[in-house]
Amino acid sequence: MPRMVLTGNHAVSYAVKLARVQVIAIYPITPQTAIVEKLDEMIESGEFDADIIHVESEHSALAAAYGAAVGGARVFTATSSHGLLYMYEVLWWVAASRMPMVMVVVTRAIGPPWNIHTDHHDIMSMRDSGWLLAMAENNQEALDLTLLAYRVSEDPRVYLPVAVGLDGFILSHTAEPVDVPEQSIVDRFLPERRQPYTIEPGTDVSMGNIFSDEYFEELRMDMQKSMLEALNVIREAGREYGRLTGRSYEKLVDCYKCEDADYLFIGIGSWMGDAKIAAEKLREEGLKFGVARLRWIRPFPVDELLEAASGKKLLVVMDRSISMGHTGPLYADVSGATGSRVPVYGVVAGIGGVDVSYKDFVSIGKWAVERLEEEGVTHLPLTWYHNGVFNYMYPVKL
Amino acid sequence: MAINIRALPRKEYLCRGNAACPGCPETLGLRYVGMALGDKAVLVVPAGCSSVIQGIGPKNGFAIPTLNIVFAAAAATASGLARAFQRRGVDAQVVVWAGDGGTADIGFQALSGAAERGENIIYICVDNEAYMNTGIQRSGLTPYGAWTTTSHRGKKGHKKPMPEIMVAHRIPYVATASIGYPWDFIAKLRKAAKIKGFKYIHLHAPCPVGWRFDPSLTIKIARLAVETGMWILYEYENGKLKLNPPSDRLLDPSKRKPIEEYIKLQGRFKHLTEKDIEELKKYVEQNWANIRAMLEAQEKQQLSS
Repeated sequence: MPRMVLTGNHAVSYAVKLARVQVIAIYPITPQTAIVEKLDEMIESGEFDADIIHVESEHSALAAAYGAAVGGARVFTATSSHGLLYMYEVLWWVAASRMPMVMVVVTRAIGPPWNIHTDHHDIMSMRDSGWLLAMAENNQEALDLTLLAYRVSEDPRVYLPVAVGLDGFILSHTAEPVDVPEQSIVDRFLPERRQPYTIEPGTDVSMGNIFSDEYFEELRMDMQKSMLEALNVIREAGREYGRLTGRSYEKLVDCYKCEDADYLFIGIGSWMGDAKIAAEKLREEGLKFGVARLRWIRPFPVDELLEAASGKKLLVVMDRSISMGHTGPLYADVSGATGSRVPVYGVVAGIGGVDVSYKDFVSIGKWAVERLEEEGVTHLPLTWYHNGVFNYMYPVKL
Repeated sequence: MAINIRALPRKEYLCRGNAACPGCPETLGLRYVGMALGDKAVLVVPAGCSSVIQGIGPKNGFAIPTLNIVFAAAAATASGLARAFQRRGVDAQVVVWAGDGGTADIGFQALSGAAERGENIIYICVDNEAYMNTGIQRSGLTPYGAWTTTSHRGKKGHKKPMPEIMVAHRIPYVATASIGYPWDFIAKLRKAAKIKGFKYIHLHAPCPVGWRFDPSLTIKIARLAVETGMWILYEYENGKLKLNPPSDRLLDPSKRKPIEEYIKLQGRFKHLTEKDIEELKKYVEQNWANIRAMLEAQEKQQLSS
């Protein structure tokens, strides 16, 4: 298995090639662009046999990828920020069509003012759309999760699209050593494309005309059932990937020293790496922190999360986005899942790419334990951590 | 290209019991698409009357495989479908069936992009000159003076010259057609199917509900549009413009019926003043002047070469 030094973006490009994608629809937006530039280069050089559609917008990028998928091809597209928002209605159309496909979202803040640095507002806006959502911590995961995404998306028990997120610049433009699996390994992992239907001559298949409201609701109920089924499909595929590559993705929640921890950081994406360093530092000071990083946001891995949270004194949910007027979306998900089992704090930070280092996580950890141990506060839904200041921004203390 | 009625397929590509209004021009047009392209056609339909005409699923009134898609995305979706078929070696003709709003307004960007890329599809704009499915709102293709529910005193501007805009894209084939002239439309579809690349056909489709006329008059009004010169049948192929019958006899204004004959049958024009009618006439003359100029330039070019 060759080890290469790859940026997160290029790690994705290699995954797309290894997945034997047939049609790619692309439109440039920073910081995603390097993925498709690399793919274009691979195709032009003859190294990769695929068709590329240079569309005129992201709305068309997803629509063209969708059309090609309906026509029977394995497809890929990627975007960020405003590009993702421009795709928004198509996202829902693709998911409810039950059309398997994979998109990579290189996360970036949403303007104004213009800002190309990472936060998670873009990918978190997809939560309700019917896409499965995964989020990478590092470049190796960016590659592995992209391959995993094809396998899960095209599994008949799922038949839903999958988006894989990676943090803009922090991963997308930073090079790390990445193990790139052999083509033969990927071919064993990823079978020929399967999809619920194709629309082509000789079929009587149509997609998307009007149905009764009752039937419509049943279709949506079926999507939710498939989402639940996807939890098991991800575990099965993740285990298989581990068997073939030595890197298991059986767990949807990546637990770092959760078992003996009193307190957990919970979050998604690359900054959980900083949280892990912080957990070590906090342990040196006698505060037993661990990190439960959600590798998958949808389906939401409630079972694994509850297991990780069981017996803990406090969960500190770190959100890199906010649902304005309420809390961070992950906080809402986690606190909704845990109920009154365990105290949960929600902290929003790092919006618009503001750097959050392990030192910030150490401060946040200490602050949280103080609130809990000294003041007896059991629930703090939204504290916005900015420039070292803890700003409480929720109407009531619980 | 002559079309023999006996040689047309007997198969119906539009089922009875579909959800179209009486006198609907879209159902007529779709039947011709089926007759022209047969079993190779795959339809991409953005939001519009034709999303509804298919009827209530799981049944579908179209006997052509159909992919419905969001309003703005027809040309992009069709691009993807066509690429997948090419890649998989599937012998198919991808056809976009989009309304005037889905073409000239919300779908225009995707259309222009697909044309520029030279995607191998036939794009049909079925033009009933307003957003009929949402209840007769004005579009970029509503003519000057026409009443709609968002132009109560008549639209102030003229129709966007869509076929000319597509000619300006320098694609291999652009044609205008009318549901009143099925042979012409079928011949153009068959010609388009033989050409590789992006083909655009603009189908004029009078709508009884939106234009306020009796459903029995659809064909008559479609024909009057052409006979009065309000709608011109032509094709643009390999950089050459050619008028088609009966428009090829109407370069001379005296051969055309007065546009009042067309206007007076439609409730949407009933409030028009003399001045409005003059404005419409001026617009029609301008369209013909453009055609004449193009034909003359072509002739000159031919002589000099």
